[in-house]
Amino acid sequence: MGERIIDPAAKGWAISWYEASARARLDGLLDAGSFREVVGPEERRMSPHLPLFDLPRAFDDGMIVGSGRLDGQAVLVAAQEGRFMGGAFGEVHGAKLVGLLRAALALKPAAVLILFDTGGVRLQEANAGETAIAEVMRAITDLRAAGVPVIGLIGGRAGAYGGGGLIAGTCSRLAVSEGGRISVSGPEVIETNKGAEEFDSRDRALVWRTMGGKHRRLIGGADAYADDSVAAFRQVALDLIGRAPAFDLATLEAEQARLEERLTRFGDCRDATEIWARLGVNDPEAVPALATADFDALLANLRETTHDAR
Amino acid sequence: MTRAKTTLPEILSALFPDGHSAVVEDGLVGGEGPFRGGRLAVIGIDGDTALGVDGACRLAGHVLDVVRRGGGTPILVAIDSDSQRMSRRDELLGLNEYLAHLAKSLLLADAQGHPTVGLIYGHSAAGAFIATALATRVLVGLPGANPSVMDLPSVARVTKLPLDRLEAMAKDTPVFAPGLDNMVRTGAVQAVLDPDQPLADQIAAVIDAMPNEDSRDRLGRERGGRPVAEEIAAQVVRDAAFG
Amino acid sequence: MEKLSFRHATSRALPGAKPQAITGVVASGNLEVLLERTLAPTECTVEIETPIRGYGEVWAAVVADFVARSQPGGLRITINDGGARPDTVSLRLLQGARLMEV
Repeated sequence: MGERIIDPAAKGWAISWYEASARARLDGLLDAGSFREVVGPEERRMSPHLPLFDLPRAFDDGMIVGSGRLDGQAVLVAAQEGRFMGGAFGEVHGAKLVGLLRAALALKPAAVLILFDTGGVRLQEANAGETAIAEVMRAITDLRAAGVPVIGLIGGRAGAYGGGGLIAGTCSRLAVSEGGRISVSGPEVIETNKGAEEFDSRDRALVWRTMGGKHRRLIGGADAYADDSVAAFRQVALDLIGRAPAFDLATLEAEQARLEERLTRFGDCRDATEIWARLGVNDPEAVPALATADFDALLANLRETTHDAR
Repeated sequence: MTRAKTTLPEILSALFPDGHSAVVEDGLVGGEGPFRGGRLAVIGIDGDTALGVDGACRLAGHVLDVVRRGGGTPILVAIDSDSQRMSRRDELLGLNEYLAHLAKSLLLADAQGHPTVGLIYGHSAAGAFIATALATRVLVGLPGANPSVMDLPSVARVTKLPLDRLEAMAKDTPVFAPGLDNMVRTGAVQAVLDPDQPLADQIAAVIDAMPNEDSRDRLGRERGGRPVAEEIAAQVVRDAAFG
Repeated sequence: MEKLSFRHATSRALPGAKPQAITGVVASGNLEVLLERTLAPTECTVEIETPIRGYGEVWAAVVADFVARSQPGGLRITINDGGARPDTVSLRLLQGARLMEV
């Protein structure tokens, strides 16, 4: 019953995807009033585990799932709230996404859209979160094999880290904005384990150019680059639905070749700017400051960036 | 009681008494051997090795080779790994894509009729665990194995809870504590094998009794490690509809 | 976690017909407020779960002030608190009531 639940931030003005809540993103992404939430906040299906740690719970456990319309097409949607526990996967949070993907197998929507915003596994429920991520990845490949595209949208403050990065890599297509980071180990995790010489997590420019949206788009880790607005993500989601790769041996063989070639060509690079130079970017130092239109023009000239090998 | 962990050579010789082609290189396992009148392919990670972009790519290559040859050859994924390799280079090159690609290769193999069985005999953690053992249809363990998402001292650092309190909580809260028993109770590990019985027979029995669906959340409920996941997922399936 | 519960009588029902709204997010210094139109027209309850103990009197005052200003008759209000300051709590409650008046 989505029309009952509207965030005031979603009232008309151009909304930053990065700043918006998960509910505001859904509200602006889908056709007006079309969102129908399942297992909504009024059901109070909260984490059974967080009280043990004396931590506050959220009514939706940081995962909002349901159905809606995107330019008239029936879609299923899941959105993570990155401000609650870093959008991390706990038992309820993960199970809602698993359920949504399983539901899609029968409902056959035009697509399933996953609005990522996660630091990975919620440590207080680590085993449940990790197992749920494995269930999600299996369910996504089942769905892709059945011909339903699964589109990931990444531009939230928590990015797509840890198991969230692996789920992102399982999707048919990914759209990312400048602020949307995709990685497995976060900067702080690398620094804690390997030292600041390996990764200085306070060097924000290093973080963005190693894990940020522009780098991921340039190396083909994402399929579309979006401005940081809800309207822009709506447009790229629409564009991506129609061109999802199949999930079969040919696709994975092509991905194998693509990833092997990346190791061969860029395996000795120390910094993203070296990779961009080898890709054929004339002025790599200028990439972080490029506006979307200029960045899109740059992408159009680079062959690795756009492919069906995913 | 802590039991010494089984070694990879012990596992391979138990599975393939007549010999096999499996080799270990840089901690990565790949090869196959005769099994029940056909073949059994083996991939894996040995020696608590961290899984990075290069390793994930090579393992996925092995899996896709098996799929390309067809014939429904089952694939055993034997795991004694560290977590994902934590480095600037790995993340720069897109580790998430490599780990996801490995998992997808195993999931594709399964979908194309190659039974996939995970066998955890040592450690594994985080992204390496998700990309390998957890991407099989059935994961079993050997006593002495020690899967974890994060060790308790690290959990203590992140959650700012005293280690002794976490250790006390870990005793009766399987949802967050490391260890094989807790992953069994969560449903991620289907069963712990008996090291005193022939391993080949036990793996064969697992292959013969593959569940048709992902039953991990049901096991998690039955075993008390994930009390509500199955019910929540089922409710979403029941209630989701287009208006 | 500390649980608090308040019950107030109001002079009228909150205008509007919206059955439910939610606002805010459970995060440090923030809170979420779930409002449901499920009570008798001149009744209002507010239930709170908060990790910060010992502020029952402050919560009582903030809730009483909100009820006096908004007369949110008919609403069952439930709060998950992440350690919000009283002014943030007031703002969210007023925001929530406004969403219900649509």
